[in-house]
Amino acid sequence: MAESIVVETVELHKRYGAVDALCGLSLRVPAGSIFGFLGRNGAGKTTTIKILLGMAHPGGGRATVFGLAADDRAASVEIRRRTAFVSDEKDLYDGMTVAEMIRFTAGFFPRWRGDLEQRYLRSFELPPDRKVKALSRGMRTKLALLLSLSRGAELLVLDEPTAGLDPAMTEEVLQALVGHAAREGMTIFFSSHQIAEVEQIADAVAIIDRGRTIVAGALDELREKFRRVQLVFAGDAPEGAFDSPGVARVRRNGRVLTVLATAGAESILDRGRALQAVSMDVVPVTLKEIFLESVAAED
Amino acid sequence: MLLRPNPASGVPIYLQLMEQVKHAIETGALRAGEQLPGIRPLAEELVINANTVAKAYRELEHEGVIELRHGAGAFVSANSRPKKATETLRAGQAVVADAVRKLRDRGVTNEEIRRLFEAELAGVAKTGEPRG
Repeated sequence: MAESIVVETVELHKRYGAVDALCGLSLRVPAGSIFGFLGRNGAGKTTTIKILLGMAHPGGGRATVFGLAADDRAASVEIRRRTAFVSDEKDLYDGMTVAEMIRFTAGFFPRWRGDLEQRYLRSFELPPDRKVKALSRGMRTKLALLLSLSRGAELLVLDEPTAGLDPAMTEEVLQALVGHAAREGMTIFFSSHQIAEVEQIADAVAIIDRGRTIVAGALDELREKFRRVQLVFAGDAPEGAFDSPGVARVRRNGRVLTVLATAGAESILDRGRALQAVSMDVVPVTLKEIFLESVAAED
Repeated sequence: MLLRPNPASGVPIYLQLMEQVKHAIETGALRAGEQLPGIRPLAEELVINANTVAKAYRELEHEGVIELRHGAGAFVSANSRPKKATETLRAGQAVVADAVRKLRDRGVTNEEIRRLFEAELAGVAKTGEPRG
């Protein structure tokens, strides 16, 4: 599978007043992927999305969507024509009914997919005659999602799509996204601070913190490359012996050394053998641990 | 067949799916020629990425465990011999290692051991019946 890139940012910078929202954020979103954009609140997720959609200008660096420059006015119109966006506020008109909201939105999009509209109206169990303002939070999310999924867009950008939803509703939304991506072959870029949902449906991720990309790549590769290795020595564990590329973190506790490897455990084990470790254990590292380790590493 | 990957385990989901399919074949929950769920329905049922299911199926096909028939879906290979064969071999290796060690302890040389094994195998071939 030749990998084409739908969204790319290179060394993106953005400053609001005295606050650096982004300081050199780089990411690449492969076509056809479900991309999880993971970070704590205030890490720079929404700022990045705004720049991608032409709602904010980068202070430095480069952002492209479909190979088009996001800060170019004409290009940005084209980007937004091909991209569906669900903001965390779920921009809807409270005075309209669900059916009116759908008809109103459909009018703007020549490639509107009536088949998908009907499918999601049914599977989301949305009441067509209910006023938008009377919808529950979950229902609002589902309506916003229906409007985005039915647009016939090539890229779907979601800012915290499951924020405030209960677990059952979250699962329903994730299922819709997984099914939609598989059927329509579209690219989904979603920001989240919920590690579990990213872990569940994403095939590629970027973990960002304080405006920087900390870890990025195919989720399976990260799962295969990150390893925690515990080495036990006969005497005090050697100091400094494991500081090298491919090692994110070393913790030393008497005779026990714990190494977080980012490029597989082999080289760590080799060194452990050379240093005559009496026992060595390798365990996989979950995305949650990768997240906490990489974010905590900066504190 | 029970497929239930755990996304939070740290093990790639496609590897978990591969193991679970192989296990289903070993236990007889899936038999040669039987069809596996489609990529899309399975992705939706498990609420995981369809690319992940596709990757697991591709790898299983590569290992000869299943066959992907274009447009028809995924089927358990007729000659699917997952794990069982390798497990048998691994167990056999232990038996051989044990026998070799015992023979050496009695002062039998490597060359003599080799001849004993060959003689024994030749005997098996004559009767046409593997023993054990």
